[in-house]
Amino acid sequence: MATRLRHHIVHMLARAGSGHPGGSLSAVEFVTALYFGGFLRYDPKRPDWRDRDRFIMSKGHGVPVQYAALAEAGFFPVEELDTLRAIDSRLQGHPVYGTAPGIEASTGSLGQGLSIGLGIALAGRLDRKDFQVYVLLGDGECQEGQVWEAAMAAGHHRPDNLVAIVDYNKFQLDGAVEEIMSIEPLAAKWEAMGWAVREIDGHDLVQVLDALEWATAATGPACIIGHTVKGKGVSFMEHENRYHGVAPSEEELTRALEELGVAAADRSIDADAAGAKEVQ
Amino acid sequence: MRDLFEGLELGKATRDAYGEALRDLGHEHQDIVVLDADLAKSTKSWTFGAEFPDRFFNVGIQEANMVGMAGGLAMAGKVPFISSFACFVILKGFDQLRMAVSYPNLNVKIAGSHQGISVGEDGTSQQAVEDVALACSLPNVVVVVPADEHETRAVVKAAYAHHGPVYIRTGRPSAPLVHDSEPEFVFGRAKRLREGTDLTIIANGLLVGAALVAHDRLAEEGIAARVVNMATVKPLDVAEVESAARETGAIVTAEEHLLHGGLGSVVAQAVVANHPVPMEFVGLDDTYAESGEPAALLRKYGLTAAEIVAAARRAIDRKGAVAPDRVVG
Repeated sequence: MATRLRHHIVHMLARAGSGHPGGSLSAVEFVTALYFGGFLRYDPKRPDWRDRDRFIMSKGHGVPVQYAALAEAGFFPVEELDTLRAIDSRLQGHPVYGTAPGIEASTGSLGQGLSIGLGIALAGRLDRKDFQVYVLLGDGECQEGQVWEAAMAAGHHRPDNLVAIVDYNKFQLDGAVEEIMSIEPLAAKWEAMGWAVREIDGHDLVQVLDALEWATAATGPACIIGHTVKGKGVSFMEHENRYHGVAPSEEELTRALEELGVAAADRSIDADAAGAKEVQ
Repeated sequence: MRDLFEGLELGKATRDAYGEALRDLGHEHQDIVVLDADLAKSTKSWTFGAEFPDRFFNVGIQEANMVGMAGGLAMAGKVPFISSFACFVILKGFDQLRMAVSYPNLNVKIAGSHQGISVGEDGTSQQAVEDVALACSLPNVVVVVPADEHETRAVVKAAYAHHGPVYIRTGRPSAPLVHDSEPEFVFGRAKRLREGTDLTIIANGLLVGAALVAHDRLAEEGIAARVVNMATVKPLDVAEVESAARETGAIVTAEEHLLHGGLGSVVAQAVVANHPVPMEFVGLDDTYAESGEPAALLRKYGLTAAEIVAAARRAIDRKGAVAPDRVVG
């Protein structure tokens, strides 16, 4: 399934002609484990089900991986992925609450998803519901002050149903996180805010599943720091920050799909739409 | 303050009425949750918090997180009322209001207390003078500035009954009573408090009291001013504005806010689009205020009945259709 999601990501971004492949590819194992590893409780026929678990893509530019998972999970047809970023599409460039079924919050202005997730988690506690809230954050996103407001508030209120996952892929738009504004010591920061923290290899599915099980059962808020590789799974995108916000061309798509072991022929793309436009 | 509103009884501050109304609503509706950012004793949200500690979250001094949390609580079926000073919740929480409230059109009620310069001695950093313009710029958000304690109670109830975001602006000092009792309140429907044919004064918040004082002074000069309490700035009661323009031929707006983007701006937009007439504007003209006793600040920065009277004379002069013996001084 992780490979299928990667296939969808590069394909839909090439089709859209813009978007952020690197930060979607780095989060694939987390999203795969959540949607298909038995963690998220959801019903694609009832996206508004009050007792569902919530997954919030706080790093909103990583939404292609969530769209891919939602399509595979049956929230909408896989063919709809090709409408990403097009006018009148439900698949907006960044997540928008109330558009595509399964999208839980409007994000894309970084730093906000954890506050929203905390609000949902506290509402669940007030109503004695047993749903879980998972929030995926970027590493660069952890430079936003609001992340730490929310982390402090969660450390104070100690909801058992809130899990933060940091996709620590080491790069942000302008370059290496460590050079632009180091977020280290990251684990110590979350611990200082009152969170239980575990650091793992975010591409090792066994570690990811194990950490999610640990975090879901944890008392109080839990944070998983996943060390990842930006662009993971497509060799020429790995560690190559050019692909933070540049979609693959048709040629690059073909190479990527070959690497992923999926024939490109059955899903050839419109060459005009595949021009690599840079966006933030 | 009392001498600024001669002839009017001073009631409670609108922030006090907000807290009381919220507490009363809390008894009726279990889905109400209240958040504050360490100003609960000042915004009066503590009136609710003291009674319902399980449904009250003091998030500390972090307005951005408070707004985001409110979005999450609303997504999960709660009706959050969030409070802080107007300048902090709107200005510090603005991007969060956009992403977690306005854009997703969530059922969050935002209460900004300490409106305008009547905050007084604490000075400019605590005085919200831009908040109405900012709130009005957010799609889906209803923006309301109640005038007195009676209207505030009605507004809080209407805000709960309305499904969607509402911004309620309240004030620190005792507010002159412009209603005898709790009025019927519908968002987007203005209240005509005085009839008149020579011009219309359209005001909200603390300036409604000043408008009523101005009405009486103008009457002594033989000028019949209509007074409209335009508590809801968005959606605007365009029909009432159009009636004022057609039937009285001149309009003065009065608000405790910057002239750019506040009540005067939105009324002017409606007037120009429907029936252009001379307008004059009472408000803060591209300036911040300073520390000082509230009444002294209102005088220094021109937010008084005397300024409304002067603006009314100017508007009538420009109208040019009033018999000369009716224009004095």
